Order: sequence, then C-alpha cells, then structure tokens
Amino acid sequence: MKKILFLAIFAVAIVACGEKTTKDKQLAQGETTLSGTIRIDGSSTVFPVTEAVAEEFRAVAPKVKVTIGISGTGGGFKKFSRGETNLSNASRPIKDKEKAACAANNINYLELEVAYDGLAVLVNPKNDWVDSFTIEELKKIWEPAAQGVIMKWNQIRPEWPNEEIHLFGPGVASGTYDYFTKAIVGKSGSSRGDFTASEDDHVLVQGIAGDTYALGFFGLAYYSENKDKLSLIGVHNGTEVVKPTLETVSNGTYKPLSRPLFLYVNSTSVASKEVVSFVNFYLENAGELSKDVGYIPLPKEKYNTQIASFNAFVAKNK
Amino acid sequence: MNKIQINRWKDQLFKIWGIACTLVGLILLVVFIGDILIDGIMRIDWGFVTDLPSRKPEKSGIYTALMGSLWILGLTTIIAFPIGVAAAIYLEEYAKKGRFSALLEINISNLAGVPSIIYGLLGLEVFVRILNLGASVLAGSLTLSLLILPIIIVATRESMKAVPSSIRDASYALGASKWQTIWNQILPASSGGILTGVILSLSRAVGETAPLIVVGALAYVPFAPGNPLDEFSVLPIQIFNWISRPQHGFIENAAAAIIILLLVTFMMNGVAVYYRNKWQKKWK
Repeated sequence: MKKILFLAIFAVAIVACGEKTTKDKQLAQGETTLSGTIRIDGSSTVFPVTEAVAEEFRAVAPKVKVTIGISGTGGGFKKFSRGETNLSNASRPIKDKEKAACAANNINYLELEVAYDGLAVLVNPKNDWVDSFTIEELKKIWEPAAQGVIMKWNQIRPEWPNEEIHLFGPGVASGTYDYFTKAIVGKSGSSRGDFTASEDDHVLVQGIAGDTYALGFFGLAYYSENKDKLSLIGVHNGTEVVKPTLETVSNGTYKPLSRPLFLYVNSTSVASKEVVSFVNFYLENAGELSKDVGYIPLPKEKYNTQIASFNAFVAKNK
Repeated sequence: MNKIQINRWKDQLFKIWGIACTLVGLILLVVFIGDILIDGIMRIDWGFVTDLPSRKPEKSGIYTALMGSLWILGLTTIIAFPIGVAAAIYLEEYAKKGRFSALLEINISNLAGVPSIIYGLLGLEVFVRILNLGASVLAGSLTLSLLILPIIIVATRESMKAVPSSIRDASYALGASKWQTIWNQILPASSGGILTGVILSLSRAVGETAPLIVVGALAYVPFAPGNPLDEFSVLPIQIFNWISRPQHGFIENAAAAIIILLLVTFMMNGVAVYYRNKWQKKWK
C-alpha cells in the first residue's frame, strides 16, 4: 500500500515536473523495474495509436506486457464492463447501455481523448469545378432521399457539369461511415444505398483516382498517403471553408467532420502502477505518435489537463 | 458413322471445357500469387520473421504472430487428431446403424457447414468464459479443433470405407478380433487418406481469422506464447490488421506475411502428399 501511495505521489511529481528531459530520465529510472500485464481491447481505429504507444513503452518498461485486441469499440466495451480489460480503445463515447453494464459490475472509468481523426471529402484531380462543399450540399448528396434522385453534378450546383456523380464511401459496418452519416445526414447509419462501398479504404482511393466524376470520403490518413492521386475538398463550417489539415483538425475549425478518439481507464486498474505509468506515458507521447500513424494530435494543453485529471482519478481510486 | 462423329465431337468439346475450367482456377491462383509475390517478396528478410510489431512498417515483423500460429497449429493437431479419428472409427466400425447413428451423422455433416464465426462465439462462451481459459492459445486451439473435427471425421470415414472388404474378411478369417483388425489392418491401410484429411483441415485452421478474433486473439502482443494459457496473435489477424492501415509500407508487410502463411500451408500440403504416397506404397 505504501508503495502504491509512493508511486501516486511520484506520478503527480512527474506531471508537476515541467522540464522534459529530467522527466524522461525519471520515467526511465522508475519504470525499468515495473512488470505485469496491461490488457487493452476495442476499436481498430484507435489501435494504431495505442500500438505505437505500447511499442515505445517497451523501451521504457521492458518487463510490462501490453496486449491489444481489435474487437471493435462495442466489443471492447463489453470486455471492459466485465473487468476483463484494463483499458479500452473507443472511436465514440461510451453508450448508456454500456455505462449501465459498467455500473452493474461496479466499474468506474475515466474517459480520455488521445487524438483526432479527420474525415476527408475527396474528388478526382481532374475535377476542376468543385472548390468546396457546404454541409447542406453534402447532406443533399448523401441522405437516403437522394437515392435515385440526385444523380448528376449539376443537381447540386447548376454551374457544375451535367455529368453523373459517382459516390464512394466506407462500408456501412465501419465507424467512419457511422460518423460521417451522423455529422452530415444527422442520423448515424442513415444514407443512400447506391454508392460504391468498400471495407478496404485503399479500394476507395483507387476508385476515386480512376474516375473523373467521383466523389467520396474516408479517413484523412488515406489522403495523406495518396496526395498525388486525389484532390482534397474543403468543407464550409458555418463561417468559412476549411480543408482538413493538422492545424484545422487540431484546433477544431474543421468541423463537423473530425472526431476524437478515446481511451477508457478502469478505476480498479489504476491500483497497479504499471497501468498508471502506461497511461501517463500514453498522454505524454500520444501527440507525437498519433502523427506517425496518420492521426492528428490534440492541442498540447489538452493533454496536460487530461494528465492532471487522470492523476486525480488515480488518487481517488487507489 | 455420323452418330459416332457427333459423339466424338461432343467428347472433344467436353475435354476442352474441362481444360478451360481447370485453367480458370490455375490462372487465378497464378495471378494472385504473382501479385502477392511482386508486392511482398522484397520485404522478406530474417528481421521480418524475428521482429516484433511496430508502427513503422519497415521495422515491423511477424515474430509473435508466426509463433502464435505455430502454437495454434500444434495444439489443434494434438486435440483434434485423436478425437476426430476415434469418433470416425466408432461411427464407421462400432456404431449400430439406427436412428441414433443417423442423427449423429446428419449433425456431423451439418457441423461441417456451420460458418466459422459461430464456432468463435461458442468458443468464447464455453472455453473462454465457462471454463475460464481466458483468451489463451488453448481456448483458440479448442475452438479451431471443433471447427475442423467434422472435416477430420468425414475424411477419416471416407478413407476407412475405401479399404477393400477382402482385407477385413481376411483378418477376421485368421481369427483377429475387431480391434486387432482395425488397428493392424484398416488404420494402416487408410492412414494415407486420414493424414491427408487431417493436414488439409489444419491448413484451413491456420488461415482462420474470424473465430479467433471473437475468442479474443490479439492484434498486438509483444511476446510469443510460452505456455498454452498465454495470450496470442496469429498471422491472419496480423495480415488483416496491416491491410487496413493507410501507409503503403504496411501493404507490403501484409503481402510478405501472406507469402509466409502460404509457405506454411504449402509445406503442410507437401507433408500430406509425401505421407500419402509413402503409406500407400507400404501397404501395397
């Protein structure tokens, strides 16, 4: 018990300590002796960030075994609410039903945001008429009522060509599709059905790259990898037209097509020091690492306030 | 004369049709394998086989996934082989032909057609939760054993049926008991077919993803399993995970991992063919 108390104080001390290099040194010294297992499951969208953090954590605490599954956000919460995992990756906030399941098993949790994911709207590079979309236009194209009705570009704006519009999007089972339909159409999972859907976003990239009259959407990371084959379109956020970039997604001006990615921490797990140290490490490094895997970091202050609230959570539940 | 010519012509036509059908399968296979080889062959080196997963495609390896797959393969063999063969012997030699054995047979054939994800759900509930094995290699192997048991049973029974009844009769005529006949005559005579069935069904097991994801196989494990209760990942999950990543480097990694997985299954098929030929010769 004394040890845990010491570690909690130590962790708070680390956070309070501003200088980065000394902080890293302290971390390295304190954690090579840590051992144990940290079980993580959940969204495959968040997986790359958590994997990157776990990979770097190996160097800091080589004896801690971190395992990550990809059961999906819902599947992850199911295990989380049974106490089978310490942390849960999620690409959406926890639902009421899942909250109830946690409460039934006496599991308290803390929600942390770890990165942003931007949704990019794309056309073919030969498309020289579209410069931006408004949310209303996107809704007009994608809502269920558009099926079989909105078939040509000039139905959206009269000055656009009298050519068929070819739509591409992620499969209906994906979180990206859910998020896009919620943000644009207003209801998650509700859209027209006559578009080319693929679970593999590389297929969408190929589709849009090979079709002058194509329009599609998917995660920003896929655009970053294929900048030469696709043309990124800005979306009107109510005051101005914004294209998704590191800055506009991070500072929240690219909306509504950017979403936070979450990590949930189980209250009973924070009694083990390896979990505390992993989550602190996560929040300190997620900024850099999320860029590496194609996502967008939160503003620095946001990580810091979350480190503080995490340590308050640890203190409360130890 | 005319009729004969027409028949010959039909014969020729059917032959061409048959060749075309064979070629469709072969050409598709060649295209797939060629495509994968072009994408992935350059990526394979010793480091790829011995490195841990990483966010950087060029630094990632398949060590833990490959080890997990080999563990799964070994445990599944140990579990499914004896049970499957014993069940087949019972059904083929001992079971009285009646309602009960008819019911068993129908159920086994039906089980062979159940989608693999259903086995995953069964495994999650029975092995992971009720038997409390956790998301372990053992739970995964038991699940896959259930999945391939019907195939082993059917294959074993077929090859036992193919043993000429003269062998059986000769054995009985010499005063051998039922068990002696099965153990000394029927099983050796059919072992080529049995082994082929077992190894082909294991090749299927090593490529399964869905049931293992349900059971709780992981996408990132920084260590190879050390005992049957350890957590694990397998090659198909690693491949699935890499294919869904945006960076092009991961596509190469996926192709390279597919080549390794293909090598594993080709080697297993090779072993199956080798033993079939060997046993057949011995018996003759």
